[in-house]
Order: sequence, then C-alpha cells, then structure tokens
Amino acid sequence: MRVLVVEDDVKAASYLANALRESGHTSELATDGETGLERAQTDQFDVLVLDRMLPRRDGLSIVETLRRDGNRTPVLILSALGAVDDRVAGLRAGGDDYLTKPYAFSELLARIEALARRSSPEEASPKYVVGDLVLDRLAHKVMRGGEAILLQPREYRLLEYLMKNAGQVVTRTMLLEHVWDYHFDPQTNVIDVHISRLRAKIDKNYERPLLHTVRGAGYMIRDGAD
Amino acid sequence: MTGLIKLLRTTAFRYSLIYFGLFAAAAAGAVFYIYWQTNALLGAQIESAIQAEIGSLDQQYRQGGIETLKRAVVDRSETPGNSLYLLADAEGRHLGGNLKAVSEELWNSTGRVAFIYRRALDNRVEERYAFAVIFRLANGYRLVVGRDIEDRRQFGELVRSVFLWTLAGMAIVGLGGGLLVGRSLLRRVESMTETTRNIMAGDLSRRVPVSGSDDEFDRLAVSLNEMLKRIEELIAGFKEVSDNIAHDLKTPLSRLRNRVETALREPADPQTYRDALQATIEDADELIKTFDALLSIARLESGAAHPNLERFDLAAVVTDVCELYEPLAEERGMVLDLTPAAETIVEGKRELIAQAVANILDNAIKYGTPGDGSPGANAKTISVSLDRQPERADIVIGDRGPGVPPEDRERVFRRFVRLEASRSLPGSGLGLSLAAAVARLHGGTLTLSDNEPGLKATLSLRRLASAAEGGR
Repeated sequence: MRVLVVEDDVKAASYLANALRESGHTSELATDGETGLERAQTDQFDVLVLDRMLPRRDGLSIVETLRRDGNRTPVLILSALGAVDDRVAGLRAGGDDYLTKPYAFSELLARIEALARRSSPEEASPKYVVGDLVLDRLAHKVMRGGEAILLQPREYRLLEYLMKNAGQVVTRTMLLEHVWDYHFDPQTNVIDVHISRLRAKIDKNYERPLLHTVRGAGYMIRDGAD
Repeated sequence: MTGLIKLLRTTAFRYSLIYFGLFAAAAAGAVFYIYWQTNALLGAQIESAIQAEIGSLDQQYRQGGIETLKRAVVDRSETPGNSLYLLADAEGRHLGGNLKAVSEELWNSTGRVAFIYRRALDNRVEERYAFAVIFRLANGYRLVVGRDIEDRRQFGELVRSVFLWTLAGMAIVGLGGGLLVGRSLLRRVESMTETTRNIMAGDLSRRVPVSGSDDEFDRLAVSLNEMLKRIEELIAGFKEVSDNIAHDLKTPLSRLRNRVETALREPADPQTYRDALQATIEDADELIKTFDALLSIARLESGAAHPNLERFDLAAVVTDVCELYEPLAEERGMVLDLTPAAETIVEGKRELIAQAVANILDNAIKYGTPGDGSPGANAKTISVSLDRQPERADIVIGDRGPGVPPEDRERVFRRFVRLEASRSLPGSGLGLSLAAAVARLHGGTLTLSDNEPGLKATLSLRRLASAAEGGR
C-alpha cells in the first residue's frame, strides 16, 4: 500500500514511516501543506494521512481542494484538536477518518488499512465468510459449520464489522465508533466484555477459534492457526 | 503640587469649568440684552419729549419773536428738574437757559448729541452726562434742549459692576465646588485604583471599599467586588487543579520513569525490555486519557453557546448507553435495571450527553457494590430511569453502594477529586466532573443524593415538547 504522509514534525513522520514500512507499506513524506497537496494531485496513493495544522496550507483545506477536484483517495486526518466539533469539521471537509494526537501506531495502522479496504469493491459483498463462519447480510443470519447462531442486534453489527475487516486488526476505538457511533473514551473497557460475549457465541463450542485478541492493538477475525 | 494638577485634570472639575463658562456667557447675554433694551427705550422716550418741547418753543418763536422765546426758555429753566436749555444768537452769545457754556465742538454740530456739561452744586462744580438736540432757528438763533442723564449713566455703571461682582462670586463658588466635587470623586476613584493596583501586585483578597450610600460608585464597587470574588474563586480552582495535576499526573509520570530506569538497570534481556516498554505504553495511555478528559472539561467549561446542536431522543441515548454497559455490569455480577421510557426530545450534543450518562453509569458499576457485602435481592442492582417532567427530563441512576456522604456530594464534581476510599480503583477522577460540565453546558444540572442506601445521581436536562406529544 502506498501512503502519503503530510506532517511537519519530521521526527514524528519518520517514526510513522518506519511503522508503515514494518507493516509492509511504502510511504512518502511531505512536510508542508502546499507540497502535500501537489503530491496528492500529481500521484496516485492508496491513503493520505494529513496533519490538520500544517505550514503554508492546513490539512482541511487540502482535503477540500482534493474533493473539489474529484479526487476520492481516502484521507485520514491527524489532529491535536479532539473535541466533537473538531471531528465534525474534519469529516465535513471530506476526511474519511479522524484520529486525535497522541495516537498509538497500532491504532493508526488499523485505521489506514481499514480505509484502504473501504475503497475496494468487495465491500458490497452480500456474504462475509471466514473459515466455516458465514454472515449473510441479506438474511441477517449467522451460521457456523452449518449451524445457525442467534445474535443480539448489536452483537450482529459487531461481528459484521469484524468480518468486513477480516484478517485485519480492528481496534477498540474503531469498534466503538463504527458499531456504537461513540467517539469518547468509556472509562472501563466495555468493548472487551462485548467481545467476550460474542466470542462465547461464535467460538466457544468450536475447535478452532476465529476471533483473536491482538495484544496492545485490538481484535482480529481470521481463519488460520496462531 | 502634583495633587492639585491631578485635581484640575479630573473630569468633575473640567465639567464644572465648562458648565460655569456656559452659564456665565448665558447670564452676561441676558443682562446685556435687558440693559441695552432699557437704554434704547429710555433714550427714545427722552428724545421724543425733547422733540415735542422744541416743536412748541419753535412755535412760540414764530408767533412772538425772540423775546417770547427767551422768556419761555428762562421760565422753563427755572422749573426744577433735569431739563437743560440754552438759547444763543448767531454769534454764540448766551441769551438764556440753564446751560451756561457749551463746547465749541458741540456748538457747531446739529441734531442729537451726547456731551458732558458742568454744573455748580453746593459750591462745587461737577461734570455730568447729558443728552441734547440742537435746533437752528431762523435768523441764526440756536436752541439747545437737553436732559441730564448722569443718573441713568450711574445706574448703568451700578448694574455693570453688580453684574461683574456677581459673576466673580459665581466663578469662585462654581470652580470651588467643582474642585470639591472633583476631589471627593477623585478620592473614591483613587481608592478603587489603589485596590486594583494591589490586586495586580498579587493581593487577590483586597476588595474595593463600599461607602454604603448605594450611589453609582457603590454599585460599581459592588460589581467590581463580585468580579474579584469570581476571579479569586477561579484562581483558587485553578490552583487546586494544578495541585491535583501535580499529584495525579506526576505520580503516573514518575512511575513511568522509574519503570524505564529499572528496566535499563536490569540485565539486557529482550523479554524484560518488551514487558517494561509495554507497561510504559499503558502508563502513557492512562496519562493521555487523563489529559483528554481535562481538556474536554476545560473546553466544556469555557464554551457557552455551542454551534451544531442536534435534536435527539434522550430515551434512545439512555437505552443505548445501558446496552453498552450491560455486559460489563453482568460481568461484575450486577444487574442493570432500565425502566423503559417514551420518546423524550432534547436539544444538545448527543455525543456529550451519551458520554455523561456513560461516565455516571461507569461510576455506578465501579463503586456500586455494597462494601459490607450486605445481603438482599436488590443489593447489586443499578437502576436507570428517565423521568419526564413537564419542562425537563431527569436521568436517574441509582446504585446500592456505600454512597457519598452529604458533605462530599459537591466536592466529587471537582476535578480529580476521588474519595479516599476509591483511590485504589482505576479511573482519572474526572468522570463526574465531566458529566457535571456537560450538564452545565446544556443548561442542566447533575445532583447526587441518597438512594437509601446507595448513591443516586440525577442528570437533569431541558426537554422540548416532541411532535408526538403535541397531538395528545
């Protein structure tokens, strides 16, 4: 995956570039807004990571310009401003995701990957399949090994989001944002309890677990031995 | 001297100076006008009397010749009064009348003249003002008929000097009064200035003196004092927060630092390093959460009118948050008992209100277990309800835990305050402060009360009448 990082803090940007390289992605760095916009306009990237406050041209204005030109490359906005209104402003400008500084690399990587996948066509698939677990989006049904599993509506949405991102790490905040539509930090890790409930339903009576905990990052659903 | 200069510069003094100037000009104008009008009227009266007299004397001259006229002039001259007469022939010889001598200049002019003549009175000669009309008769005779106007002139002088003295007196009283008023105003303003200087120098406990007269200065002083009190409270709050930050942020920071140091001292074992780094990240995350919460509260407290308000169903939010926390409660062996409520529309920030409800619920789950393990079916129940009042909606969350003593109920809303007993549990101590700040931002309240036993938290918000209710 090719990522354009527009960030004026060179040190932070180089850490980020390292992290991206380790996860098998290539990245390019622009240290001010004008250069960033120019690179995004002239070259093809899978995801753009924009700092909100940049010299010469701010992140929101870059997104607005790109969107006006019909450029639909997924954009993740990084910002030290984390209030609800700031997030709304970021998304309204045309950003696809918004992450507040300081962030964890695992969180950023998971989000970048989710963004890149979102623009791929398989999203519209009516059925998600991971191993012998099948989620039928049209019938709203979940089967594992041919047996129907009964899920609460929220558990269903949780599983749907995990399976949509099968094989990729999904963080707790991403789950809270996409399944519950909350952007705040619940003081206790309520998501873990929901996951363990879901796990009890889809994994407990089966030999091979599909829902894995990724330490220090989040969760991942995939078919394959650990 | 500088004191006097300061006094002369006061607004009060300048205003009284301007006022006095305007008043003096108006008074002078009025007096001058009256004086001038009166003079003109009297002058006109005298002139017409003189003209009438000249007319009748002229007639006598035409009828009886110069001898008749001379007799008439002598007659009239002997009548007491302020009339003046002079009859002379073409060579300027005195033929009759009480005016003895007339200056050359006067003699050669005709018509109306004002002049000074001499009059002998009680063995002395005095000069007096007079007004006369000089009339030339046939054959070169000249007749002068006039009036002594010395009394009138003296009266004018008197009026002028009285007016000037009065004006001088008024100036002294006016300017003195201005100075006096200026000084008393200056004193009060100076005392306020001095107080504010002291406050700027750091003595926040100072207050502006209030005289008790309830005048505009007192009202200003009272509102200044209220402002100062608010500032002092804010600064005290700020100091309390910085003290708490010092404690609650420095403690995990030093723990983080010690952990890294310890790891570096120990033998270079990759696993030890990994564990230490992992733990360091967790510590850092806790710190970030605390910072985030602090920033959120600061933002909420500084913001009054917020843009992007939405209308939403509060009942749905409460149900949603309960659903989010229900598995957690169950895991802790507690029961979340939600009383279903009908649609309740409020206006505000859905996200913030959800967060406030989540924080209260989180708190109830954390601290809502009876410490003494007292039995009872409801001992581990957290009740959640949404009570619809006519104008507001109350979200009531009650637990059966140890509760909060009445004297601490206000205190727990303050940032970082955690009751000593709970310091061991994780949490930033900002949850309820944030919920209270959210309530305030929405014009609502968060109150704690006794759930008998346990703690009851009531988040009260303004309610809008929904469309469905309008039909009822």
